[in-house]
Amino acid sequence: MEQTLADRTAASASQPARLTEIRIHGRGGQGNIVAAYVLAQAAFEQGRFAQAFPSFGPERRGAPVSSYVRLANRAIQRHCQVLSPDFLIIQSQGLLHVAGLTAGLKPDGGILINSARELPELEAEAADSLEGRNVIVFGADALATEILGKPLPNTALLAAFLALTGLLPLDALEKALARRFKDETLERNLALVRAAASEVPAGLWRVAAHA
Amino acid sequence: MAADEKKSLFELRRTQPAFRGLEAGHLACQGCGQALGARLVTEAAGPDVIVANATGCLEVFTTAWPRTAWRVPWMHSLFENAPAIASGIEAGLKAQGRLAKVVAMGGDGGTFDIGLQALSGMLERNHNVLYVCFDNEAYMNTGIQRSSSTPHAAATTTSPSGTERMGKRHLKKDLLSIIAAHHIPYAATATVAYPSDLRKKVRRGLEIEGAAFLLVHSPCPLGWGHDGALTIEVARLAVETGVFPVLEMERGDVVAVMQIRKVRPVSDYLKLQARFSHLFKESPEARVELEHLQALADHHIEVYGLRGTSPDPRDSEGADTVRRGGLRWA
Amino acid sequence: MLEAVEGSAAIAKAVALCRPQVISAYPITPQTHIVENLASLVADGQLRAEMVSVESEFSAASVVLGAAASGSRAYTASSAQGILLMTEVLYNIAGLRIPLVLTCANRAISAPVSAWNDQQDSMSVRDAGWIQLYCASNQEAVDTTIQAFRIAERTELPVMVCVDGYILTHTLEPIDIPAQGQVDAFLPPYRFSRALDPVRPISIGNLVTPEYYAEARYAHHHALLRAKDEIEAADRDWAKISGRRSGGLLSVEGRDDARIGILTIGSVIGTLADAREEYPDRPAKLLKLRSMRPFPVDAIRQACRGLSDLIVLERALSMGSGGIIGTEVRGALFGEPNPPRVHNFAAGLGGRDMPLEIYPRLLKAAEAPTPTRFEIMDVEMEKLPETER
Repeated sequence: MEQTLADRTAASASQPARLTEIRIHGRGGQGNIVAAYVLAQAAFEQGRFAQAFPSFGPERRGAPVSSYVRLANRAIQRHCQVLSPDFLIIQSQGLLHVAGLTAGLKPDGGILINSARELPELEAEAADSLEGRNVIVFGADALATEILGKPLPNTALLAAFLALTGLLPLDALEKALARRFKDETLERNLALVRAAASEVPAGLWRVAAHA
Repeated sequence: MAADEKKSLFELRRTQPAFRGLEAGHLACQGCGQALGARLVTEAAGPDVIVANATGCLEVFTTAWPRTAWRVPWMHSLFENAPAIASGIEAGLKAQGRLAKVVAMGGDGGTFDIGLQALSGMLERNHNVLYVCFDNEAYMNTGIQRSSSTPHAAATTTSPSGTERMGKRHLKKDLLSIIAAHHIPYAATATVAYPSDLRKKVRRGLEIEGAAFLLVHSPCPLGWGHDGALTIEVARLAVETGVFPVLEMERGDVVAVMQIRKVRPVSDYLKLQARFSHLFKESPEARVELEHLQALADHHIEVYGLRGTSPDPRDSEGADTVRRGGLRWA
Repeated sequence: MLEAVEGSAAIAKAVALCRPQVISAYPITPQTHIVENLASLVADGQLRAEMVSVESEFSAASVVLGAAASGSRAYTASSAQGILLMTEVLYNIAGLRIPLVLTCANRAISAPVSAWNDQQDSMSVRDAGWIQLYCASNQEAVDTTIQAFRIAERTELPVMVCVDGYILTHTLEPIDIPAQGQVDAFLPPYRFSRALDPVRPISIGNLVTPEYYAEARYAHHHALLRAKDEIEAADRDWAKISGRRSGGLLSVEGRDDARIGILTIGSVIGTLADAREEYPDRPAKLLKLRSMRPFPVDAIRQACRGLSDLIVLERALSMGSGGIIGTEVRGALFGEPNPPRVHNFAAGLGGRDMPLEIYPRLLKAAEAPTPTRFEIMDVEMEKLPETER
């Protein structure tokens, strides 16, 4: 018998409620919402509950956009905005120029930035102060170029994020990717997951993620 | 209809040409060109059609509940959506694998004006529908207001003639060119004066695959101000003066016209109708407008090549003027 | 099967499972994804339907009207200005008593132009004679869509399934997508008793004189009132197959001893339910209004018994009057021996977020010595230049 939503809800009812909220910043047309959907799909594959949605409104290519993910071990009933995320994933370093990028981020929340540059350089350029924040800079573009042949940072960023937080095992992400890609593209993405995960300090954000 | 009266399509077809989709006993005015036109269209179309009717005189005078004059399935929704209703019926029939033909009907208000967008959509999507516009050149149902089809200088209740005005100031919309620009398989004009021509065009429009359009010039004794007994005469004069060209188009190109052996002056047509009576008063403005209307008719004769020596359509009800209309005598 | 899927994709799957024969629509965000998803199902041969992409919402509504009258199961979707442009046809479809289903991906109305969610669009056509069902979640949107076809076809009334645009349509979440066999067991093929057919010719849409018009309106009004039974039955029968209920006409949940109730409509109910867990010392009953038309007067009276205060929260308003649902709820309670005080608020207009904190604020507002007749929450007029106030 296949599991239904009611089954999954009932199975989780006795667990303590835990909700993690993530905001992903990107530019229109660069797979911002896809990243959110893949992360939510990974949680789903793991038997968890998840929600992913874009910032609503007209879409413009190249404009700063954001998307949101909720991960929970209980059914998520709310359909309101994510106002105080636990984590930020910044898909492109250029977005650091946008004021209000870190708005609402919890004090102990983590920021994962896709950049090939060093943190002090980025801090100097960022419109919002990154001082005292848990920031990890990770060159997802370069790694993706090496393995996928294209600078598509989503898979690498999500793998690094899961390695940092331990929110989900990597094979949940791999299952989610298998729903989107096949054959050689999938193989390369799976290789990218492993490579990216090994480049960040595993479990560094575990405490914040499981608070 | 009780179940025991139910006839098969085969039996219904055998009743042709006696089959009348639109019965007598409706509430149209005496001499109504549209009632005659609709009867001719349904006679030619036969029993296995579904009619989508725009709001207007035809809908009002045929269907005062609980009565109806229609012997074919008939649906009226709104003023401006008959082409979209017909599109939906056609799509629905297609989805069910049914083969009935779909005919949409509207007046000039519902076609030239408020329904033009829906008509354009239906033609662009090339639905297998014959759209028939009964053109009586004004909003007759609501009290003879001008439409974009009203001829230049005609008086209506919203374009009256007076000391400062000679009726409608603007030209009749060239709908045919708009239809032609859609490059549909078949488009034609006809008039109630030539029933055989009209019926053949209906059959042609229904037999081709895709969208077809038929513009039927339909005198309105009430709105045009002529005796109800003169409907056919007035309609015939519109053709013989070049005011209303009768033609066929395929993919937007004119392929056949009803030729005029002896072209009559436009005033022969105009003077039978009260809506043009102000043009026959002695005034310089009236003379200018008469000349204007003559020039418009001359233009039709010129661009459509209407002058010719083919047999007089009066002798054949127009049966031999159609190139593609199928049977020689319909 | 349980899937992680975007709301609009799930709705499209539900529509496809109902085997529609004609689909017609005009693009308008946030509804467009639904139709795009259906178009690709048709393009891939997974759905056998006539897909008519029209030149306006006016024609979209007209095409599905013609199709349904011809005897085909028909579906369309729209939103915001599209619903307003269709309005004349919506009234006509209902008046002709033609069954079909429309998804309204709820969105605010211009002017001022807004691309975001509220429910002014469907609320503006609440008197068109359609059944209107509002969905609290994407799961309900899926289940209600399937139920809607049966309700429409049994009552010969059109059904508008209202889903909060963006908030639901653009959110990916776990949703149970039924199996084809389940839907087939619930929804028999469409047979329209008044289908246009040359061998049984009838006239649809006749002119009706003053002699009969009031009778036609009476019949339509009572058909809607009678539809309550079909709405309840469809929810019950679908639950037997799917194991899920969507809340019939109105559903109530919360502690029996709760004296305060919050009645609302659409997706905010889930936010309030989560909020209630975060504020366990403030238990309120949550009344989820699913059927706006027919309006469940008896169910509301029943649900309000024992309440001291009822807060009505809505996402639209009637300009120059106030709340739409609030006013109707007060009307429904007329004549009750001890009705609750009714406090009426609009919020979430034009995409304004309704966060969890709205829950304690509503409960606080209900403590006012005089009930709030109607108010729009969170209005800060000083944000506008003085000349614009």
